[in-house]
Amino acid sequence: MSTSKLELRSRLRTVTDHTVTVLAVLATILVIVPLAVIFAELIYKGASSLDLNFFTKVPAPEGETGGGMANAIVGSGVLLALASIIGIPIGIGSGIFLAEFGRGTKLANAIRFTADVLNGVPSIVMGVTAYALIVVPHVSFLPFLGHFSALSGGVALGIMMIPTVCRTTEEMLLMVPNAVREAALGLGVPNWRSVLSITVRTASPGIITGCMLAFARVAGETAPLLFTALGNQFWSTSLNEPIAALPLQIYVYANSPYEDQQRMAWAGALVLIVLIVLAVSLVRFVTSRGVLKGAS
Amino acid sequence: MPEIRITQPQTQPEAASIPPQAPDAATAQEHSQIRRFLLARGNSAIADRIFRALMVLCALSIFAIVILIAYELVSQAQLAWAQSGFKFFYTAFVDPYTHQPVYWDPVNGNFSAIPFIYGTLVSSFLSLLFAVPLAVGVAIFLTEMCPGFLRGPLAFLTELLAAIPSIIYGLWAVFVLVPLMRQYANPALVKVFGWTGLFSGDNPTGDGYFTSGIILAVMVLPIISSLTREVMTAVPHSQREAVLALGATRWEMIRMGVLRNARIGIVGGVILGLGRALGETMAVTMVIGNTPEVHKSLLSNGASMASVIANEFAEATSDLHRSALVEIALALFAVTIVVNAIAQVLVWAVTRGAPAQAR
Repeated sequence: MSTSKLELRSRLRTVTDHTVTVLAVLATILVIVPLAVIFAELIYKGASSLDLNFFTKVPAPEGETGGGMANAIVGSGVLLALASIIGIPIGIGSGIFLAEFGRGTKLANAIRFTADVLNGVPSIVMGVTAYALIVVPHVSFLPFLGHFSALSGGVALGIMMIPTVCRTTEEMLLMVPNAVREAALGLGVPNWRSVLSITVRTASPGIITGCMLAFARVAGETAPLLFTALGNQFWSTSLNEPIAALPLQIYVYANSPYEDQQRMAWAGALVLIVLIVLAVSLVRFVTSRGVLKGAS
Repeated sequence: MPEIRITQPQTQPEAASIPPQAPDAATAQEHSQIRRFLLARGNSAIADRIFRALMVLCALSIFAIVILIAYELVSQAQLAWAQSGFKFFYTAFVDPYTHQPVYWDPVNGNFSAIPFIYGTLVSSFLSLLFAVPLAVGVAIFLTEMCPGFLRGPLAFLTELLAAIPSIIYGLWAVFVLVPLMRQYANPALVKVFGWTGLFSGDNPTGDGYFTSGIILAVMVLPIISSLTREVMTAVPHSQREAVLALGATRWEMIRMGVLRNARIGIVGGVILGLGRALGETMAVTMVIGNTPEVHKSLLSNGASMASVIANEFAEATSDLHRSALVEIALALFAVTIVVNAIAQVLVWAVTRGAPAQAR
């Protein structure tokens, strides 16, 4: 009686165990499927609509076929360069502070926490902030304020880069062994030079990939550009004027009724995703192969 | 015999990941004394001080940015706040003739955040409903069951899912998911669950809360699963071995040895995913339908806080309209700050003592 009960119990446990295993495998498959579908769709629809015109021409007038996204690609380049100029130095600087000066202090913990929280602030809020900061104020002696401009878009994206760059820089610097720092200091190198030319240089592959990661993340951002960079159908590289950007153009074309523009949206998405996959793979390569370990 | 085969590969990664961290932590005190001595000898005190000050400035600028965001949003939202104050978030103008609430009427200057808060909450909770079981399942598979050669590529794929920009999810949703929902999923849902009143077939577009919930689920899934994975790998292997030694099956080991220890961190990951879902803009804007109304049916068109800002901000008709939109942004900012702070504290509480994992 009791043995059969036990047997039943044991069988039940085994069945539960197998069920959970199957469920976990199913969950994994269910997660991988959308990824595969999205990629297949992107490559299929994107590659069939990519041509030389896409990279060399500006958008065709509404309703006409042909044209390309050359201005959006260049515009994205301008915006990202601006964002990097703002985001990368501040991000690396604060990362250096967290790893080299503030280890274990309350200030560093507070900053690390704030950076993580800032990382979670929705991008649309960044857009509203950049709008309020640069598009709204009219100051007569500051001509770059008071209108939609590439500058405001770059600022919004730049702010979004800071937390990612900061945290990866910190993580990479923490990987550098203390002996390296002490060797430099022991030779009489001033601390600032030891940090810049020894520690940061040792960690530089990691820091660069961290920057690439932030860059890739920001490259796909649309929401903060909607009412700062605004988009532009024509050539413009001026920081003072609305500028086109790849994600913005994809957004506009995705909502378009014209088949040709929808085709362009897929091509743009493919270009964007190739850029991002490259960056992410590079990060993966550097962090997993331990490029830093060679330095120690 | 099988027990030994299971535990051995599990103990190896732990043994491999601890040494680089452990001596560092143990001798940090000693190192810093040597460094202090060496630093005191330096003759470049001024340059060092300037460099340090610069780095501190960079770090403090992160505080400054958060304060700046809050300040700009508050100052731009003044106008809307002055008109309706806190009522903006819970009351709506009622049309005296039709006795229907008018939530969002830029022409007459009547604004209420109700439909957007409702849309954000409904789509976010739907997304968590779909994503959390899947994400935990994936994390369990990757940490406890997956053969070693699959673990790296699968983890990489889920990471890739997190790196795809929301505009591409939106594009995919518009051209692939929405037609699928329109043709197959929505009619089926109406047929099966129509009696609950939550699924009514009066929206022929395929857009709506439910579709945005699905696309949001795909987007928050990698965040929740990677954090869950991190927390689960932080659980010491002795816990697993102890439960296995008592004769538990693998699932019992996971339930008692791993999930019970990691639950706070998993909740943290879920909350972090919630924070992302609440603020997600582009994909939701493209599929939620963008009508400022409140509907009981999950298949109806709606609008979320982020989507209304994305849609109307650049073409706001009046200062009051724009200010009301900024007030929504302010609410979104405040909510995501709180949500993210809670999540960080929870995740930190679990992974604090664990070795840093290479991501």
